[in-house]
Order: sequence, then structure tokens, then C-alpha cells
Amino acid sequence: MSHSRALQAKPSAAAGGQAKPIDSIAGIAVADPLLTVADLKTYFFTRNGTAKAVDGVSFAIARGETLAIVGESGCGKSMTALSLMRLVADPPGRIVDGEVVLDGVDLLKLPEDEMRAMRGRDISMIFQEPMTSLNPVMTIGRQIGEVLTMHKTMPRDELQKKVVEMLALVRIPEPAQRAKEYPHQLSGGMRQRAMIAMALACSPKVLLADEPTTALDVTIQAQILELIADLQRKLGTAVVLITHDLGVVAEMAQRVIVMYAGRKVEEASAEDLFAGPLHPYTQGLMASIPRLGLMRGESAKTERLQEIPGIVPALYSLPQGCVFAPRCPRADDKCRSEFPPYEEKHSRHWAACWHAGEGKERAHG
Amino acid sequence: MAEAGQAAVRATRPPVLEIEGLKKHFPIKKGFLRRTHGHVLAVDGVSFTIGEGEALGLVGESGCGKSTVGRAILRLIEPTDGVIRIGGEDIRELSKRELKPFRRQMQIIFQDPYSSLNPRMSAGDIVGEPLSTHGIASGRKREEIVAKLFDRVGLSRAQMANFPHQFSGGQRQRIGIARALALNPKLIICDEPVSALDVSIQAQVINLLMDLQRDLGLSYLFISHNLSVVEHISQRIAVMYLGRIVEYADKTTIFTNPGHPYTEALLSAVPVPDPKIKRSKIVLQGDVPSPVKPPSGCHFHTRCPYAVDRCRSETPLLREIAPRQFVACHLR
Repeated sequence: MSHSRALQAKPSAAAGGQAKPIDSIAGIAVADPLLTVADLKTYFFTRNGTAKAVDGVSFAIARGETLAIVGESGCGKSMTALSLMRLVADPPGRIVDGEVVLDGVDLLKLPEDEMRAMRGRDISMIFQEPMTSLNPVMTIGRQIGEVLTMHKTMPRDELQKKVVEMLALVRIPEPAQRAKEYPHQLSGGMRQRAMIAMALACSPKVLLADEPTTALDVTIQAQILELIADLQRKLGTAVVLITHDLGVVAEMAQRVIVMYAGRKVEEASAEDLFAGPLHPYTQGLMASIPRLGLMRGESAKTERLQEIPGIVPALYSLPQGCVFAPRCPRADDKCRSEFPPYEEKHSRHWAACWHAGEGKERAHG
Repeated sequence: MAEAGQAAVRATRPPVLEIEGLKKHFPIKKGFLRRTHGHVLAVDGVSFTIGEGEALGLVGESGCGKSTVGRAILRLIEPTDGVIRIGGEDIRELSKRELKPFRRQMQIIFQDPYSSLNPRMSAGDIVGEPLSTHGIASGRKREEIVAKLFDRVGLSRAQMANFPHQFSGGQRQRIGIARALALNPKLIICDEPVSALDVSIQAQVINLLMDLQRDLGLSYLFISHNLSVVEHISQRIAVMYLGRIVEYADKTTIFTNPGHPYTEALLSAVPVPDPKIKRSKIVLQGDVPSPVKPPSGCHFHTRCPYAVDRCRSETPLLREIAPRQFVACHLR
């Protein structure tokens, strides 16, 4: 905490000490936002043209809140997270526009050394595949210790104690022993726990979790999700949960953003979104997943799943107008020529669609 | 286990496939002389039957041996022991040549549509290859059959000359399905066919598989870790844990009244896409033990919340605890 205060006082930390609040972002307003992302644009400049991986995404998140970003592969959800961390590979990628304000500091305007000081301490990230994101030739303990020593100096035995404490916090059995082991000696679930320990070592204000359980089995997934929720309650961390699994969203998130082809197409509280999705893409997604109905006393039926025809468009050649129009059952000429504005259709329920909520508003269950 | 499994193997319809006491132990070789230092008990006595036009779901976590079962049935890997009956005939001991006619009756679809198609062959050749291998059709006739298969799986005939990299993931999976259908098999082993696909594409492939089953009377062994998909597509379900079947019943029974503590935990761990439902979860502690040294007695006792002393020493057999519900647990 004291570190971030010091940082805010620096001239680089946005104009005039107390950063200007972003008064209107296209999305649900949050009282006392911790992190505000406004009109973020991350483009990739390649030989094939410019891919707009993230194209004008805005959202805010409060302390201790969980916001889920859902979408299919290539929709820009991971790129959004990497942009917040300023870890987009440049070249070919570049954050071309937008603001990412964390606790009054615009991360995108910070010089690299100050940004490095923020990473891990104020904002950190966990990745999908713990095996490829851990260093295979360093012990788990040293890797966690490295995060701590990056941000403050402490005596060796104290560091060791803190590392073991972190491993115990993420419920790794025999933490003192495990600290001396290498990533390949741990199971997949254990490695993900070690990653979480590393990410939370400096008690960051924001944790970006990019598909944290996708590579894990369901019983291990349940353990990890429970752990994240539990640590969040203890530490008051705001979590941005990136996933393609609507089940995980429903269990973890208070608020949901749906992305499609680099743009945010819908935003609502988890309850509102699952009770009445407005955007045809969200409706299609929800209707296309098989549900465990028998468990909830529904009779066995083998009705066809609803399909979303076609495939996600290539980011190099996005269609004119609404990006979803080529796959949308409701698309008309207007959709094909003009991108729909992002509007609050109901109270605290935003969508970008000319025909939001038309047709069957699928209340499932 | 095999004896107890016998009763379980009765399917309602005449069986296409019966397996009894199937085992696959992989030797672990170490050192200069490559001596065998023990075995991975990947599949350790599995029995089940699949009836005509029926889909059996085989579920379990990674490393439980479910894919090994699929491959051992096709003899893509040689089983260590057991009986594999196709249309009543045991094929486990047959030679390669004797096996060929049986291979026509069963095909497989793989998980990863990127690595299971030869990148240097055109889609049409990939689908037509089994026809040549089995000497069924060639030239113009083969082309015609392949074109019909392309129609059948929802690809356009114009795409026959294209190469795998020109297709999307969902389309590649369709090519894999067309290839499996080429020989008019009775049984298709689907090894995680939709796990690598995006949600909206998953639905397309699941629908296609169900249409084919209805139209062609196919039987499926549907191997998956995704319980929602398995619930959707199969009639009966077998749950595997560390090389053994722990529960085997029709799907309504499994989902409404699971008999084995592992099934119960597995079901409760699946996140439900509805924020209004707050369930009390059974969160299993620890990881799946290694199949090299599986725990004594019931393999599940190390993670089971109800385990008693007997579970640690004695292996439970599959028993019929309710009509057509088979569970391997001492406590039931």
C-alpha cells in the first residue's frame, strides 16, 4: 500500500496527483472503481494487415469484485489481460489507444521501470498452462522468492519463511519441502497453486486470471476455483477472470463481459446475463452448451443443441458493420452496414446490438 | 472383477461390442539393459457392452485409462489380457490379416483435429484412403463415395481438393468423421471429439454425431471428461478411476442417483452455468494417485471422504446395487 501512495505522488502518475476520474466509460459504472479501462485498443501490425485484437474495450472493477471476460478463442480476452499488464509483444502488437487507470495511475503512460515495479505488487497475472509459465530450472521456492525480492529487500531467513507461508496459503501440503522442488516434480494442480502463490506473494490489488483452470481436471478445477475465491475474500483482491467456460463464470463472477472478435458485445451482472442475455451471440453461446439437466430433475431428452452457424471471422478481414452479423439470425441491412452503438438496454445491462433482446429472450433452466 | 462385471455387460439391444476383463499394463523400462522395473496399470480389468445403435459414455479424469481402453479395443495398442468380442467373435488374439475385416466395423475419431490429419494429403484423399486400403473402391467410384461423405458431414464437395491447413478446427473434425464413416462401420470410438473445439463449434459437431447415429444406426463409445457432453449424447455411462470402472449404469441413474463417492464428487465438481444455483460442493482433496503404484484396496480410498479400514485393504467388486446400476464400493 505505502508503495503505491509514493508512486502516485510522482509526476508521471497522471495529471495532478489525484488522477482525473474517467467520467463515462461505455459500460457498467462502478462506485469507487479500483481499475478502470477506457477504450483500450491493441492492434497487431503484420504482413497480412492490421489485426484489431482488442478494439475499444472499456470496463471498471471495484475492490474485491470478480469480473469475468468470456468469449471464444481469438476474441481478444487474453490480449485484454496482457494489455493491462503491458506484456503485449511489440512488435507486432501495440497498444494504440486507451487508458488503464489503476488506483489513480494510468499504467499505459508509465515508463517501463515504473511499470515493472507495479507488476506483481499492484497487478499480477496467472496463466493457463502453469508448466510453460514456470521456470523449469528454478525451484518453486526461488521463483516465489524472486517476486518478493523484486519489490522489497528482506533478510534471507525471513524471505524463506514468507515463501513457505505463501505455499501454505495456497494449501500445498508440506510447503517447506515443496519449496525446494522443481516444477516438473509437481502435479498440474500443484503447479497452478504455485503460480497463484507467486501472483499473490505481494498482495496485489488486481489479479488477472487467464483461463486458470482450463488445463485441469474437474475435481482439481473445483479445488483451484475454491482457492481463488477464498484468497480473494481474505485479501480483498479484485479478480478479472478470463474464461470460455460459462459454468465457471456462473460460479465465480459477479459481473460478466462477453467479447466477440475484439469487441465487447454485452455486459451485465452474472444473474442478469444468465437470466436474460440480450446479444444474439450470448444467446447463441448459452443455447449451444449441453447442460447437466438430469441432475436438476429434468427428464432425459435428446434435443438438438442450438448451433451458431459459421465460424469466428479472421481479425484481418472483419466484416463491415456488426462483426457478428454474418452468423446472426437477426441480421438485416442495417447490421451489415453499421456497427451498433454500445448502449444500456436495461438498467445495468449493456449490449451492442441493433436488435438487442428481440426474438426469444432465452430464460433457460 | 471380470466375473462381477459379467452381469453388468448386458446391454438392452444385441451387442456390437463386448469387452471382458480388459487389461493394459505398460512396462516401465529403465537402465542400460532396459529391464522392466514395474508396470503402469493403465487399464486394469474393464468390462462393458455396447448394443446396436447405442452410445456408451466413458468418463474419467486424465490418466484414468479411458483413451487406452478405446485404443486397446481397436488393437492400436495391444491389450495385455481380456476378451474383445466384435459381433460375438473374440478378436484379441487374431493376426493382423485376420483382424482386417473387423477393423472395417469399428473406427475412431481423435481429439485433436490438427495432428490427426496428414498435412500433405488433400481432404478428399484423407477420407478416401480407407476405401483404397480395404480395396473397396478406387478411381471415379471412390471419388463419388467421398463426395457423398462430404455432403453427409456438411462439407462442400468443392473442398475435396483442399489441404487440412485450409480448414478450421470444426471442419477438420468433420473430415475426421467422414474418414471414420467411409467404411460403413457399426461402431465408432469417439476419443474426446469435441474437447479441442470452441463452444459454438462443439454444438455443431455434437449435433452431427447425433444425426449420424440416428440415420445410420451407429454405436458410439464416447470417451470424454466433459460430463455435460456425455450426458447429452450417451444412453449409458461408465465412470473410470485409475484403470478400473467404479460405476456403470444408465445415464439417468448416474446423474440423479450416483452410487459411487467418486461419481458423486465428479458430478458436484462440474460448474453449472446458472448463477442462481448454489450447490454444496464436494471438493476432493489431493490429486489422482500414480497408476504405477495405485493405492491398495479401493483405488479411490486416498481421496474418498467416507473411506473406512476395509477400503484400504480389500478391492471392491462391481456389484448391482440397484437394477442395472453397478457400483464398486464397499459402502453400498
